[in-house]
Amino acid sequence: MIAANDFCTHYRIELSFIESLRESALIETVTVREELFIDEAQLPLLEKLVRLHVDLGINVEGLETILHLQERIQEMQLQITRLKNDLRRWEE
Amino acid sequence: MEFIDYYKILGVNKDATADDIKKAYRKLARKHHPDLNPNDKEAQKTFQQINEANEVLSDPEKRKKYDQYGRDWQHSDMFEQQRRSQQQRRHYQDSEAYTGGGEGEDFSSFFESMFGESGFQGRRTRFRGADYQAELHLELADVMKTDKRTLTVNGKNIRITIPAGVENGQVIKIKGHGAPGSNGGPAGDLYITFQVADTAPFRRSGFDLHTKVAVDLYTAILGGEVLVDTLDGKVKLKVNPETQPGTTVRLKGKGVPVYKKDGEYGDLYVTYDVSLPKNLSDEQRELFRQLSRLK
Repeated sequence: MIAANDFCTHYRIELSFIESLRESALIETVTVREELFIDEAQLPLLEKLVRLHVDLGINVEGLETILHLQERIQEMQLQITRLKNDLRRWEE
Repeated sequence: MEFIDYYKILGVNKDATADDIKKAYRKLARKHHPDLNPNDKEAQKTFQQINEANEVLSDPEKRKKYDQYGRDWQHSDMFEQQRRSQQQRRHYQDSEAYTGGGEGEDFSSFFESMFGESGFQGRRTRFRGADYQAELHLELADVMKTDKRTLTVNGKNIRITIPAGVENGQVIKIKGHGAPGSNGGPAGDLYITFQVADTAPFRRSGFDLHTKVAVDLYTAILGGEVLVDTLDGKVKLKVNPETQPGTTVRLKGKGVPVYKKDGEYGDLYVTYDVSLPKNLSDEQRELFRQLSRLK
């Protein structure tokens, strides 16, 4: 578990940003003795959200939309792969 | 070393206002950001270039220096003077490194040679490492259950999980196993493309399998049983009387595991390939003639 404050210091972001992500259910946090902690397993996703927010100025609503669309793109890419495989077999 | 035109990279004129530069940077950064273009090396390279251009042109002092010295950077005395007054990370043996002889130096080294570290205000841009690509060849039997396998990529052993039901051509991402990042940036990712070959006598379609089984004429007409291969052994199928050639039956749950859905399986479709008898004896031929008179 990583203290949210330490994470924010390292990445030079406000704690309120982490809290906004939690409120939008983009990440989960744990509170221990009134201090916010983040599970290490969530770090890759959280770092990606920080990069998009800091590098591109995207707000939390935008991040939500981006994640949703990226998930849809992945599903569609998988569907395309399947269709290509089927087409290849019919052409053989 | 080649002169790099930051204005051209951002697509702005030399008299662009700070606002123009900011807008141009934002537009390009959103288009080429690595997190929005996974698996795209060109996008990552372009994003680095855009960032460096913005770092210089968005800072009035740096932009002034770049405008003043940028074109004439080949004059080594100016750079010697800058170099002595800056703290460098690297040691340059030859002042001609600044006069165009340095082939193979990358974008960032030009930037550092102009401004070093002392003139750099604010957060230093961290760059994500490049992504690696790899292929893994599998047989159909290999995707029937989730399994772990050790791969060697660029000399490093990586233990990966191959999910059951993975498709031919499907790509998975292993976070952080690409090239290391620079300036404390995160490592890139490893993308593995699965090449899953069909295994005779099965043809895969999504999570379903298709196969053909030979049925002799007598079984097709009178009914009986036939043995069919599945991926987990043989199954005895009942053949109904008067089964037509090309009839397809579905064996539920005998296909491939559905990707990321534990306990769910596709189906196996078995097509009956009715074969006609050959090398009939005289008696058999006579019996067929009798049959034909009865139709």
